[in-house]
Amino acid sequence: MKRMRVDSTVIVLGILLLTIVVGAILVATVGRSFFSPGNIRDILTGMSVLGLVAIGQTLVVLGASLDLSVTYVMSLASLIGATTMAGNPANIPWAVTLTLLVCAAIGLANGLIVTVLKVNGFIATLGVGLILQGVLNTSFQGSAGAVPWEFQLIGATGVGPVPVSTIIMLALAVVVWFLLSRTRTGAHLFAVGGDPEVARLSGVRTRPPLIAAHVMCSLFAGLAGLLLASRLGVGSPTVGQQGGYALLSIAAVVLGGTLLLGGRGSIWGTIGGVAIFAVLDNVMSVMQVNPFLKDVVRGIVIVAAVAVYSRRAVVRRRSRFGPGGTRTGGDDAARAAAPAMAAASAALDPAVASEGGAR
Amino acid sequence: MRRSMTIATAAVALIGVFALAGCTTDPTVTPPAPSDSDPGPSQPGEAPANEWFDQALFDTQDAQRDVAPEGPADQPYLQYINAEMVDTAEYASDGAKKACFANASISNPWRQTGWITMNQQLKVLQESGAISEMETRDAQDSDDTQIADIDYFIEEGGCDVFIISPNSTAAMTPAVERACETGKPVIVFDRGVNTDCPVTFIHPIGGFAWGIDTAEFLIERLSPGDKVVGLRILPGVDVLEQRWAAAEKLFAEAGIDAVDYFTGADPAEIKSIISDELAKGEVKGIWMDAGDGAVAAIEAFEDAGLDYPVMTGEDEMSFLRKWKDTGLTGLAPVYSNFQWRTPLLAAQKIFAGEEIPKEWVLPQSPITAEELDAYLTANEGMPDGHYAKFGGENLPGFPEVWQQRQIP
Amino acid sequence: MNALRTLVSPRGAVFLLLIVLLVTVTILNPTFAEPGQFMRYIQRVAPVAIIAIGQYFVIIAGEFDLSQGSLITAQVIIAGNLVGQDDSRTVPVLLLMLVFGALVGLVNGLLTTLLQVPSFIVTLGMMLALLGGVMWWTGGAATGNPADSFRQIGRGGIRDLPLIDFLPWSVLILAGWLALGIWLTKRPYGKVLIALGDNARATRYAGARSWWITTRAFIISSVSATVSGVLLVGYAGVHPSVGRGYEFIAITAVVLGGVVLGGGRGWIVAAVAGAFVLEALFLVLNISGVPSSLRDAVQGVIIIAAVAYSGVVFRARRRTTPATASPDQGKGPDAPERTGAHTSAPRPALTPEGVAETRGD
Repeated sequence: MKRMRVDSTVIVLGILLLTIVVGAILVATVGRSFFSPGNIRDILTGMSVLGLVAIGQTLVVLGASLDLSVTYVMSLASLIGATTMAGNPANIPWAVTLTLLVCAAIGLANGLIVTVLKVNGFIATLGVGLILQGVLNTSFQGSAGAVPWEFQLIGATGVGPVPVSTIIMLALAVVVWFLLSRTRTGAHLFAVGGDPEVARLSGVRTRPPLIAAHVMCSLFAGLAGLLLASRLGVGSPTVGQQGGYALLSIAAVVLGGTLLLGGRGSIWGTIGGVAIFAVLDNVMSVMQVNPFLKDVVRGIVIVAAVAVYSRRAVVRRRSRFGPGGTRTGGDDAARAAAPAMAAASAALDPAVASEGGAR
Repeated sequence: MRRSMTIATAAVALIGVFALAGCTTDPTVTPPAPSDSDPGPSQPGEAPANEWFDQALFDTQDAQRDVAPEGPADQPYLQYINAEMVDTAEYASDGAKKACFANASISNPWRQTGWITMNQQLKVLQESGAISEMETRDAQDSDDTQIADIDYFIEEGGCDVFIISPNSTAAMTPAVERACETGKPVIVFDRGVNTDCPVTFIHPIGGFAWGIDTAEFLIERLSPGDKVVGLRILPGVDVLEQRWAAAEKLFAEAGIDAVDYFTGADPAEIKSIISDELAKGEVKGIWMDAGDGAVAAIEAFEDAGLDYPVMTGEDEMSFLRKWKDTGLTGLAPVYSNFQWRTPLLAAQKIFAGEEIPKEWVLPQSPITAEELDAYLTANEGMPDGHYAKFGGENLPGFPEVWQQRQIP
Repeated sequence: MNALRTLVSPRGAVFLLLIVLLVTVTILNPTFAEPGQFMRYIQRVAPVAIIAIGQYFVIIAGEFDLSQGSLITAQVIIAGNLVGQDDSRTVPVLLLMLVFGALVGLVNGLLTTLLQVPSFIVTLGMMLALLGGVMWWTGGAATGNPADSFRQIGRGGIRDLPLIDFLPWSVLILAGWLALGIWLTKRPYGKVLIALGDNARATRYAGARSWWITTRAFIISSVSATVSGVLLVGYAGVHPSVGRGYEFIAITAVVLGGVVLGGGRGWIVAAVAGAFVLEALFLVLNISGVPSSLRDAVQGVIIIAAVAYSGVVFRARRRTTPATASPDQGKGPDAPERTGAHTSAPRPALTPEGVAETRGD
């Protein structure tokens, strides 16, 4: 299993490296340095918001679902956060908590619609997104709220050239990685996403991991919305839609090696995908590429990058246990016992033995 | 165990956020100045509970419509109304300067036309040695991207002057303030921000004036009880919301039955909406807050075999041509596209130490039926998405550059 | 009686919803029942219904086509720019547009099947590239509306007919396209397509050339988008925002019609009915005076409810029949059905790449 994930993630990181090298060369041709602090900061800032959304989206895609409502969750989160804070730093903890609670509730709704009502994730979250859009249009007439300066620091400051928001995003990525690789919920999520029928037959409860994934996705979208509120200084009902985060986050997730069919993927691959987008955008902006052409380049790069490892990833199958077999050495024991088992079954019944041979 | 995992994760996330917010270094943002500027949408007016309505601004713009602008009569992009001049001697210096332009986007024909005009203006100034180059970053309609663009310019741009067309008012304010802190002159145009730290803020009279012009035009030609359908592009954009806020108020006072719809500028949507309205009853007037899709609205009347409405559109060529063809009673309000020339010219004046208006209010006069022919002739051969008041007739490349519409 | 039962069944749920909505519209606005008005309603739905047909073929095969909207925009702008005011160019440009549409579909299909890139990604990339490319070529705004002869296709029709008074060309084109679609589903191609969506591995073992089958589905989808674009040029005129978001409307229409996202089951007429339902819904919201800000919310609720209803009822009915617990997809005696009763989390696709491969065996 480890070998599989390293493969696609390594490829993504390879593509990222290639993009950086090409980008650095191109940027140098217009007389700028790719590695200057301002440029690094631009790239990392561009990664933060999309990165948060993409982390959440990874969880959902691993569960073989999709979340198209993230854009509206982000806008709503920015508004709830900013209006609750209302310029007063003392309100920050409650504002953040309230925002995350609302987002968790939305994620719960998504998860329930997908698992209980059995509506496909695409449609369920599309519908929920539309409902949220209606709520946004009705309740808010434009930017609202005011984010106190203390909270704006999160979006505006950094440790050297590395923005605080990026550090937060990477820290959360570590947490989610831990969740996926070391906890039961994570393992169950992979199982449910890979094949829910087999998972169910294996005794895994198929609903809770998927619901948890949707809740986490909306939570991360909420965090992204709060980050945007911090950067903008206000909440905005269109901030999510401005960035096209739903489709872009899904693209970043797939670019990072996670299968749209669920069951296999990696957080670090997703972060790599987000980084590729950020580097691409940065290089194109520095070179003052026509904005219409930027979209063409993005489209081509998305398809090309995924194509690089798509064939490989699909053909290779995930080995059930690590390269050395099971930790308890079950594989070896089984192999060693094979002749004895064959002999025993032959002794039982010749007919059974021939059937067993055929299998 | 699962639930506690989630709680633990969330708790760690929250703690992480707070902890890291505490230990930061090198804040590139300073605490906001104690004087608070207007936080977003203005106070509601008396009659309609429209959050965007601002009586004071309404009255100011109403008055400005009748003021004769000062400045050269044949160069409307250099004219100004009721200006308070500001001294720019501190910025006076020789040599060609580098301009850095943070553009909100070129995602609609109005902005595309202005962008082409601005680039031709740039060529003139490069020729004369006032501006050496203009580096542009396009935010593609995203607040977050534009903030990053401005920060990039501050750090890496080597800019002598910042020109900013903000994507939205409140959200861009901190970034603009950061640009001001560099000590270089900052020019803001089109949509504004909630700070007056820029050297100048260039804009036509405003949305309320548009609303007053158009509403008065319709009210004069219709009777109380007549129906007017308002077609609006998007919610939440203040330059657009103010137009409707003013029009709605005046319609209500005049007894006109006005309903509004959001169309997203999609002609198919516009046609459907108008067709539905025509099916419900008589529609005597059409009010639009932007010219996109005007043709579709008119065609809905044609398809239904009804008489043309009284209509206000915009100075987009598609509407002007259809207006001429159908002979309907119309008015083309403008959001002076020539304002795209002014920022670079203002930059030139600033570095020359000349006085310029602090708030540079450009003239905004609608195209009336009498002026229609002149504008049509002047803009023959231009694409349908071109804007008649683009103000670039005396720029190099006229008319080919606009006819071919190659975005620079 | 049988028809009534079909109506209430999940297969017919969309038709029931359509009838309810149309009746509501007629109650709120009696003039709607006039043949002229009704024809205009169908004229409006025609572009959406045609792309729903295209999207149906793609979804049946277990894929997505997100590039339809951008293709419509691109075709509309191409029509505007190339035809100009020259009537003689109408037919050549029409042919060019159809060829271009087929080409886009071919590229979509080949990238999905030969490069094995998920169709979601391929069509997403195509959406970005198409729109950006066309906007760059035209400088963002089209030259203008093309000559009237071109626009008559979407706007005009046969006038002064005895009962109906006005029969738009769009309605005829829609009827023709739908007939073509139904015919295709009855042909071997249609059957193999459904089989491919249902169980790709079995279909491949049965000897089907899955890459060519899937590619043809994408070509059908793109050509449908082109036809829809031609109609929209007439109906709406040329503008860069024509066609925006139509792929999501198409997918919603198809799913409302009971087609399963993931392929393997669905009726083309139901997909078209889904398109009619969506437009009827918009009509109801327009006429009933629901505040414009709430419309999206109502739309979202109804979409979720409709899809959930057909899903839940379908599964309930299946539970009454002896359920087969095997994970392998078997084909029922009539239309191929999934043993969806036991899946607790919806799977998006049994795409030609074959999730079957990652299932333990």
